[in-house]
Amino acid sequence: MPLLEIVQASKHFARTAAVEGVSLTVERGELFALLGPSGCGKTTLLRMVAGFEVPDKGRIVIDGVDVTATPPYARPVNMMFQSYALFPHMSVADNIAFGLRQERMDRRRLASRVDEMLALVQMSNYARRRPHELSGGQRQRVALARALAKMPKLLLLDEPLAALDRKLRAETRLELIGIQERVGTTFLVVTHDQEEALGMASRLAVMNQGRLMQIGSPAEIYERPHSQFVADFVGEVSLFEGKVTAGSNKPALAVTGFEQPLPLPCGADLPEGASVILAVRPEKLVLSLSKPAGFAIAATVSSIGYLGGNSIINLTAAPGQVLKVKLASAMASRFARGMTVWASWLPNDGMAMTQ
Amino acid sequence: MIGIGRIGRLMLVGLPFLWLALFFLLPLLIIVRISLAESVVGIPPYTPLFLNDGNGLRLHLTLANFALLAEDDLYLRAYIGSLGNAALATVLCLLIGYPIAYAIARTRGAQRQLLLFLVVLPFWTSFLIRVYAWIAILKPNGLLNNFLMGLKLIAAPLPLLNNQFSVELGLVYSYLPFMILPVYGSLSALDETLLEAAADLGARPLRVFCGVILPLTLPGIAAGSLLVFIPAIGEFVIPDLLGGPDTLMIGKVLWDEFFNNRDWPMASAVAVVLVAALAIPIIAAQRFLERERAV
Repeated sequence: MPLLEIVQASKHFARTAAVEGVSLTVERGELFALLGPSGCGKTTLLRMVAGFEVPDKGRIVIDGVDVTATPPYARPVNMMFQSYALFPHMSVADNIAFGLRQERMDRRRLASRVDEMLALVQMSNYARRRPHELSGGQRQRVALARALAKMPKLLLLDEPLAALDRKLRAETRLELIGIQERVGTTFLVVTHDQEEALGMASRLAVMNQGRLMQIGSPAEIYERPHSQFVADFVGEVSLFEGKVTAGSNKPALAVTGFEQPLPLPCGADLPEGASVILAVRPEKLVLSLSKPAGFAIAATVSSIGYLGGNSIINLTAAPGQVLKVKLASAMASRFARGMTVWASWLPNDGMAMTQ
Repeated sequence: MIGIGRIGRLMLVGLPFLWLALFFLLPLLIIVRISLAESVVGIPPYTPLFLNDGNGLRLHLTLANFALLAEDDLYLRAYIGSLGNAALATVLCLLIGYPIAYAIARTRGAQRQLLLFLVVLPFWTSFLIRVYAWIAILKPNGLLNNFLMGLKLIAAPLPLLNNQFSVELGLVYSYLPFMILPVYGSLSALDETLLEAAADLGARPLRVFCGVILPLTLPGIAAGSLLVFIPAIGEFVIPDLLGGPDTLMIGKVLWDEFFNNRDWPMASAVAVVLVAALAIPIIAAQRFLERERAV
């Protein structure tokens, strides 16, 4: 039995669909991420699981119990809010104890549970502080401890790292994974940051405009996106639009502006004449100064963006056809703006999607 | 403070102090000085500060007024009466005003603007006229009694006017907006995700109210209570118009001493004691507000 089952959930706000017919299941112990651009409905979906929004249609089932109509205070889930929502009039320890006090837990057990939680997030020395006396990272830890104190079956995290600066975010991400493994609680994380989702989740669901686009492991989502939206939103891609032609031996993609049809990956069972989008990740593209043997397309370097260890080179192939290439900066120094270069990739590194 | 300079800075800080000294401290000192004089028939109706008794000018001060204030239990009863009426009015304003403020804070946009406008609307009419209107409503053949008798709910008019009930009603009616507005202010500043967080952690609605909403709106409650309690305690118009023979409030005693008895020194002594008695709760409440604001 899955821990969380969302069955055909829909929610409309003033005639705009925030969530439209979403179904997904989360297994026990998973770190599941809901990924999508802002306004895609991921937060509404999370709030439905917490009980702050009631779905217009569909059901929410937690651990085999239908909780669709259960108020938030009676659900076996806790949430870590994006703003942390720490009670400003209470100390760190009282914030963590708040949920336990609602259960009327006896004093001794309560105190030891609070200590345990403080130790888990390394905040034992700050128990008497008020939230406004803490740094952003410390508040984030208290919010996590407070949400975990009641040992929920499912922990909901709304953009848990969004309020932290970049360096702290990377550290905290690893800590969050460590804590999740230690306590074994199932985490459902909402994020708009694809790097965060790929780096944290055991599985993720990509959403757009209230709909579920794809569910899978990070590698599946990155390597085998089912749609142009997923390919484009998760990571960067160069996109080619064309029609499938039966070539000499294998099907290929005829794209306007290219003399040569582009190779399609094996196993993509595509009928001749179908409209197909071919996507190639920037790190899969290979550049050379002279025409290599085999497939390659000629392009002009339009800009080089230096990112430290790596550089992104933007190329123009056919008119309006932009290619993005990611290279180690040491390699990128061989190229300069205005140069004509040859770009190629292994046919199986391309990702074909029907429109 | 760039470009203001030393004199400018001195003016900026000094002007409010000068204002307070001229229009608050000086009048207060004059009252204190009159309270230490004796009543005489004349203009002004009190003894001068320096008396010439033949041996040159002598400072003439007396504590007789304060002694009388302590001896005659009329004054003590009036102080206690005012204190009780004002305290009850404050509690009633809080009990009525808090739910109203809460309801307004939960609305949005144009509806909220309209409700706030309605709270302030009574101020567009003179305070005196509004209190007179209550006489028309409450008198034996007034609107309310006629309405109730017309419905055959009562056989004879209820004694609604010129008693403790009408005074308390007048106080609550007049000062309710002063409770609603500050409480509304702190309620609307309340972060709603805190309420969601409390519910998420298992708190039922009543526990959310007692554990989160109430403690976080205490500054608004304290401010509102001060704004109701302080003017209510010195209130003169309401007990004069709506009160009866059993209504004893210090504001009315003060008025009578001043205008009916023309005993300026006694009236001043009553006022000085009132200011001193009020200063203590005000300072206590201000300290509490300061501490809350520091959080």
